[in-house]
Amino acid sequence: MTESVTERPFVHFDGVQKSYDGETLVVKNLNLEIAPGEFVTMLGPSGSGKTTCLMMLAGFEAATHGEIYLKGQPINNVPPHKRNIGMVFQNYALFPHMTVAENLAFPLQVRRMRRRDVKDKVARALGMVQMDDFGNRKPAQLSGGQQQRVALARALVFEPELVLMDEPLGALDKQLREHMQYEIKHIHEQLGVTVVYVTHDQSEALTMSDRIAVFDDGVIQQLAPPADLYERPDNAFVAQFIGENNRLPGKVTAIENGVARVALDQGPDVLALAVNCGEVGNRTVLSIRPERVQVNNVTGSNRLDGHVRELIYLGDHIRCRMQVCGRDDFIVKVPNSPEHAMLREGETCTVGWETDDCRALDLAPGAM
Amino acid sequence: MTDATATHGPDGLLLASDGTPLKTKLRQSMKASRRRAFGLVLPLLLFVLASFVIPIIMLLWTGVSNDTYASNMPRSAPLLRAWDGASQPTEEMAEAMVLDLIDARKAKTIGKVASRVNREQSGTRSLYTKSARRAAKMEAPFIDALVKADKDWADPETWRATKIAATSLTPAYYAAALDYKYTADGEFVEQSEERQIHVKLFWKTIWVSGAVMLFCLLLGYPVAYLLSHLPAKKANLLMILVLLPFWTSLLVRTTAWIAMLQSQGVLNDIFVWIGITGDEQRFSLIYNLTGTLIAMTHILLPFMILPIYSVMRAIPPSHVRAAKSLGATNWTAFWRVYFPATIPGIGAGGLLVFILSIGYYITPALVGGQDGQLISNFIAYHMQKSLNWSLAAALGGILLAIVLVLYWLYDRIVGIDNMKLG
Amino acid sequence: MTLKTLIGAASVLAMTTGFAFADAHSEGKMDAKKALMDAKAAIEKAMAALGGGTMMGGASYEFPDLDGDQVTVVSWGGAYTKSQVEAYHKPFISGTGAKVVSEDYNGGLAEIKAQVEAGNVTWDIVDVELSDAVRACDEGLAEEIDMSALPDGADGTSAADDFIAGTLDVPCAVPTIVWSTIFAYDKDKMKNGPKTIADFFDTKGFPGKRGLRKSPKANLEMALMADGVAADEVYDVLSTDEGVDRAFAKLDSIKDDVVWWEAGAQPPQLLADGEVAITTAYNGRIFNAVAAEDKPFEIVWDGQVWDLDLWIIPKGAKNKDAAMEFLKFSTSTQALADQASWISYGPTRKSSAPLVASYNSKPDLKMGPQMPTAPQNFKNALQNDFEFWADNQDELNERFNAWLAN
Ligand SMILES: Nc1ncnc2c1ncn2[C@@H]1O[C@H](COP(=O)(O)OP(=O)(O)OP(=O)(O)O)[C@@H](O)[C@H]1O
Ligand SMILES: [Mg+2]
Repeated sequence: MTESVTERPFVHFDGVQKSYDGETLVVKNLNLEIAPGEFVTMLGPSGSGKTTCLMMLAGFEAATHGEIYLKGQPINNVPPHKRNIGMVFQNYALFPHMTVAENLAFPLQVRRMRRRDVKDKVARALGMVQMDDFGNRKPAQLSGGQQQRVALARALVFEPELVLMDEPLGALDKQLREHMQYEIKHIHEQLGVTVVYVTHDQSEALTMSDRIAVFDDGVIQQLAPPADLYERPDNAFVAQFIGENNRLPGKVTAIENGVARVALDQGPDVLALAVNCGEVGNRTVLSIRPERVQVNNVTGSNRLDGHVRELIYLGDHIRCRMQVCGRDDFIVKVPNSPEHAMLREGETCTVGWETDDCRALDLAPGAM
Repeated sequence: MTDATATHGPDGLLLASDGTPLKTKLRQSMKASRRRAFGLVLPLLLFVLASFVIPIIMLLWTGVSNDTYASNMPRSAPLLRAWDGASQPTEEMAEAMVLDLIDARKAKTIGKVASRVNREQSGTRSLYTKSARRAAKMEAPFIDALVKADKDWADPETWRATKIAATSLTPAYYAAALDYKYTADGEFVEQSEERQIHVKLFWKTIWVSGAVMLFCLLLGYPVAYLLSHLPAKKANLLMILVLLPFWTSLLVRTTAWIAMLQSQGVLNDIFVWIGITGDEQRFSLIYNLTGTLIAMTHILLPFMILPIYSVMRAIPPSHVRAAKSLGATNWTAFWRVYFPATIPGIGAGGLLVFILSIGYYITPALVGGQDGQLISNFIAYHMQKSLNWSLAAALGGILLAIVLVLYWLYDRIVGIDNMKLG
Repeated sequence: MTLKTLIGAASVLAMTTGFAFADAHSEGKMDAKKALMDAKAAIEKAMAALGGGTMMGGASYEFPDLDGDQVTVVSWGGAYTKSQVEAYHKPFISGTGAKVVSEDYNGGLAEIKAQVEAGNVTWDIVDVELSDAVRACDEGLAEEIDMSALPDGADGTSAADDFIAGTLDVPCAVPTIVWSTIFAYDKDKMKNGPKTIADFFDTKGFPGKRGLRKSPKANLEMALMADGVAADEVYDVLSTDEGVDRAFAKLDSIKDDVVWWEAGAQPPQLLADGEVAITTAYNGRIFNAVAAEDKPFEIVWDGQVWDLDLWIIPKGAKNKDAAMEFLKFSTSTQALADQASWISYGPTRKSSAPLVASYNSKPDLKMGPQMPTAPQNFKNALQNDFEFWADNQDELNERFNAWLAN
């Protein structure tokens, strides 16, 4: 979907920096373009600057440097209440002294909408989140999930073109969270609004987003659709942060047609895609997804010996921890199907993978 | 009907699984937890009962009953009570009076009795002490003997005043506290104009307390707002400044106010220097109502700031942000979202300041000049100086009633559960 | 028969026969007004002796050994308590070895009453005003005192003769000082200051704010004296409704110019700050400002209203015997004279007068002329009539406050 941004971006961060204390940059040179109607998620560890970006977009924090554009217009000097951006806060921020209906009516009233229209719109918004019967309750009389829906309805009721959500599902239990993910996604598709969504739950990001911006240390590490992010991480951080991956350190000895030959520290030479490993002679880390490792009937070009250390039965697949190349934490997911021979602890076997499934990435960061 | 889910009974009530109405069931299950809760508060309840409720009941009782006369003059009291108050005092009454006077002088209670009667009619104190000194030598007929000792005994008003004093249970004090006089005939007549003071002072007390509360709110709210939006370290430092008036003694504080506010004081000097006023027309900022309001606002300000501050601290900043993101201007966000959330603090602070200022009397007396006299001054005066505890109790009882009425009004308008002290 | 009469009767007897105590009943027909004048005359006579010839020393009080005993002495605080500590407590402690605990209070009988009624009397000896002393006695709140146990004067006169005539007649109380409500002004700011009580109310002739105590006491009396009522007729006039109206009318004439004070420490401060031009005050406070702080204040004695302070021993006091010793010592000739060198309140013993020396830190400042009772100060003086106030204070207080609030 990266291509769709060729038309005029709806939201555009242009070289934005942010510092709270004048000493450290919390956001370092952020460049991001979001297309109309897109669902973009900011994903990253705690303290990586996600909320800060959202707050700058909403107008509650000023960018220290750079410019933010909304529909092509710079908005750095537009006060928050004139930006017409809906926002769902992490703790919902429902007004406790107003009923649900009054909460929903608030944005309409401040826009001086006629009373009858307000009533209609509130009713429709409540219907949209299936809360028709709760209009007269106070927020304190609602469950967490219900409050969440009200917050969502309130952010949408005045029909903003852009909605920001800061970990809106953080306080909900797993089941409810999954249900709400579906509902939010559904409403997004139905209304066609642009959504910027913040979470640090990767599965949430993967299921909901058109594109995901992975944040770390105030920098977007990779901006890509979910599948790309998982299958083709640009760097070690992304590979590590999204899903599981096996990491083998080594040294680049040759690069040919985008394929690198890497001498493993404690093993033979193997081939890997040269994604982000620099030049010949650099140290690199190979990243292989556990489900892409082949056991015993290896068809790929890379073969190594593995010693089975531990087996965990997980129903549809078996999770196997092996010792490979002197490392004890090599994980392999073996599908629970007839073609796959049962492994036993202590056994030695052959493991291998296709060159395309193994990516040579940068060293930093993470535990090596 | 045997399954475990709730079902409806014949009268439409929800039934629990064992068939009892759900409401009954709920009440039963609440009973145990209520009993436990009661056990936990029992010690406090007893303490409050002993230190607060019982004294208040005693206060209210003292306001309607005073047996100083009846218990110290046992012979004449019942006769006087039975007397119609209009006919000539009988010889029997006079004899009882003389015998009582002799005993009271011996028992050294004559002073108390005389003070008690004197409250009903000025001048009777010396009449009683003097007559008591001579009573031992009096001989029948006692009426004449008394009149011979002092001609005031011939005045029926003396006996009528004594009749009022002889009645232990009496509305006289409450009447006096409301500027009425309870006569021997059981009527209430208005106190003479130049002695009507209590009602005026009640109004003035309420008025001044209300004004102090308002000023505290106007000055304290922005300060509380500032404090709650500062980093904790700076807020604590400023909080110390807010609390400073608490930690200075009344004398130091009063001296400071005088130095600041008097016509030759710092403030007026500054005004003259800036040219706001001429040297001859300095403002009177102390020894009048202005002084009372300034001083009381100053000392009570922390009681307003603290509850509002603690309520403001607890308001998540996201609420105002949410309001703004929904399109509210700064003012609308403040007025419709932030301000309502601070009402519990305002309510608590306002009630606190109001009730405290009703009870303040030393400060206004020192800096308020002729306007510094509030009803509590009178209560203190009757407690400490005139020792007319019954009138003090009646005034206190009325004050208590006023506070309760205001409390009730507050509950009706704002709701008492809508109050947060911290 | 009023106590006023008692005082008068006793004073006459004291002068004529030398017996201080007479059966009050026998002199019952004595006219109250005359009695008062006699008492005054007696004091004048006594005070004329101030600074007179030297007397034979000879301590008439012997300290007993009270090691391990303790007395709690309660008084009004400030410079006044300090004068008592210097003149009474310190010599008493070193003489007897007893421990003296000094406590302050604000006057009134409320606390004594509470202690006596609770049966837990922690105060052993209390400094009270005359009206409270009489009242405490009437209501059985104070121990009766055996006046014959009081030491003789330094010149050998018996106590009964030595105390100013009529002051020893409350059976529960022994007087220590004569104090007075006077008015004062700042010499530096007012070159031709007021001379008479009428001047105090003359805001045209002597412009400026007036300081008055926020209480009807002394104010009503001064108002009448300023209005031309002779000192010895003040209470007669004030006993009538027209008299009260007249007093209030006089106060009304300066009401807008009055700054009301409450505590004794306020008037000197008001004067010093220039908040008032003339103020009533307790004479000791003004003296203290002049003597200790070199303030240029001048006291006008015309129309002064004087009163007594006395010791009482609350009924059931824990250390009654030690308190009695303290009382005997502190009302002895020398102790009273010593106290007068710390504060300008007059000693109540005639024999003390010649011993009153100079202000403790200023040998040039003779204390004699500073006393309310000094002859030149005592020309137009009125004794506060506690009995009048006992009879009328409830009513007058209400009226005063109603008047204030209007
Ligand atoms: N108001 C502030 N003042 C100073 N520093 C701040 C402020 N708000 C955030 N920071 C800092 O900026 C950095 C980024 O914070 P931000 O809230 O954007 O993180 P986040 O990605 O939203 O984290 P989380 O997932 O925990 O919410 C953090 O290091 C944080 O400490
Ligand atoms: Mg965040």
